[in-house]
Amino acid sequence: TMKGSVISVLVVLAVLDRLAGGLEHRSYDYTKYHTMDEISAWMNQMERENPDMVSSMIYGQTYENRNITLLKIGFKSTTPKKAVWMDCGIHAREWIAPAFCQHFVKEILGSYKTDSNVNMLFKNLDFYITPVLNMDGYIYSWRDKTTRLWRKSRSPGTGNCTCFGTDLNRNFYANWGMVGISRDCCSDIYNGPTALSEPEAKAVTDFLGAHQNEVLCYLTIHSYGQLILIPYGHPNISAPNYEELMEVGLAAAKAIKAVHGTSYKVGTAPDILYANSGTSRDFARLIGIPYSFTFELRDKGNYGFILPEDQIQPACEEAYQGAMSIVNYVHDKNFKSAATTATLANVF
Amino acid sequence: MKTFCSVWLLLSLVELSPAPPASQEPPLACTGAPDPAPPQPETAEDMASTGDLEPTHYPARRAAQVALHYLNTHHGSPFRVFGLQQVHKASAEDVAAGGRKYKLDFSVTDWGSGSAGPALRCSADVLFPRTERHSAPKVELHCEALQQINSTAQEDDAFYQKYISPDSTVSARDIPDSFGNMSEEMQPFWRLARVAASFIMLRESSENTEFNMAKVASITQQESSEEQLMLEFVVLLHDFPSQEIVQWKLLASWSPDRGVRVLQTEWQPRCPHATKPPN
Repeated sequence: TMKGSVISVLVVLAVLDRLAGGLEHRSYDYTKYHTMDEISAWMNQMERENPDMVSSMIYGQTYENRNITLLKIGFKSTTPKKAVWMDCGIHAREWIAPAFCQHFVKEILGSYKTDSNVNMLFKNLDFYITPVLNMDGYIYSWRDKTTRLWRKSRSPGTGNCTCFGTDLNRNFYANWGMVGISRDCCSDIYNGPTALSEPEAKAVTDFLGAHQNEVLCYLTIHSYGQLILIPYGHPNISAPNYEELMEVGLAAAKAIKAVHGTSYKVGTAPDILYANSGTSRDFARLIGIPYSFTFELRDKGNYGFILPEDQIQPACEEAYQGAMSIVNYVHDKNFKSAATTATLANVF
Repeated sequence: MKTFCSVWLLLSLVELSPAPPASQEPPLACTGAPDPAPPQPETAEDMASTGDLEPTHYPARRAAQVALHYLNTHHGSPFRVFGLQQVHKASAEDVAAGGRKYKLDFSVTDWGSGSAGPALRCSADVLFPRTERHSAPKVELHCEALQQINSTAQEDDAFYQKYISPDSTVSARDIPDSFGNMSEEMQPFWRLARVAASFIMLRESSENTEFNMAKVASITQQESSEEQLMLEFVVLLHDFPSQEIVQWKLLASWSPDRGVRVLQTEWQPRCPHATKPPN
């Protein structure tokens, strides 16, 4: 039919447009939200284009059997290097978070040749970056307008439960089930039938466990709220380096504000947001990773999870400075002489 | 080649299957009746019967957010929605009749003007009753220089004149869309939905909730009545502590003279089997 032909043509054009936007390097648009397929293709591209610096690692499978993949970025070394971990998109609806991971990767890969600071970071550290951790949830949130605000994983409910999903950020083996959770499996903060019931949480746990002695810094990226959260989520438990974590967090918030004037608050979750347990940030701190932070990106509730695309760039630019502030602090603490040299180089 | 195969596959799907009907089946992910917000362990500051609160901590911010909802119900319009900029000072005390009263000193901005706009200084008393069944918080609010901020009377009137006509039948879904976009024409309607939603957010708030409007699911203009624009909204609210998305249908009226009034509200379960409203 005529109508059918017209529709077919329009569909073809739309498909070609999306395919082009996703795969073409010169036009990879960091100011738009991308589908999981586009992000996966982009990850392959980053690896292909920077073979000396970037390698991908599959470290687990999602419930729906997708490969959970990170990019390992840094100058290759024969000896094990210290590392910084970053994951984005543990909660499906927080689209600005995966956008930030992509922005972060683009920035460091685009500046290591000319920026002596980033160059030094690449030399001494590896970055392990997971652009989308909760792939099943993220894909589900793209399905249609009614699924946009999905948060959890996509594992089916167990027992009598008719609802899907576990809150991955309540599922870690870190004071699991103690506070800020719900045992109702339909709840958005359902912490799962057991700790680490979710393969996504298990994947992170296994990787961090295997690289425990390397990982200096754990950053997990969320939205919204404009907050930097430090461990722990339980109101009665304090991290041994609480004072230092506050200092580092406040310095990061200052760096963020310097970019576009955006205010971020810093504190433990029970102080500035709400008490919670079973979070990845707490797990990282508990196994001894000294610097563990949750970033809650823009905004403060105006658009909430559905941050307009024209805010992707400024939101990422400011958060980048915040993240780098922390990374540089952690680096300098562990590579003192190198830091001194770099500082002197900057002075002259 | 891959592109060609994808396109061919898509084309064949288009040709073989009839246009899919608008989905009638219940969403695969039924959220069910949400738990009432999980009880929060009391922080050290909550334990004190009277005391200064840390302004950056959540108890002060939640109370300020309630004051904001109140402010918006009174002074929000298609061209003005207030947001919390900062809490300067806060204290709380238990009151004799049972309940907790917060005293707040905070600043607000008009979201429309963003960080460029002036900040208004406000003070408020917010009383959260502690009754067995939830009852709405009571707010007393005073903002300096409320009358001095740039009036939106012109835009309000132009908007009113455009849509009060009997032929006007505005209808829209998903504002904003999944990418945060909304047309300029929809922005005043989004703001009206936000103001109308403030009535619900105010009423449903407690010390254990923190509401924002996540999105507007639908806007349907009804027949104007008594010179008021009549709008039926379905709004999705987000609560921080429970992380739940709560859906409400409501009927609101607006005119430049009378402001926003909410006439009917109806909690909408997101599951066929859920019957219990959150409070």
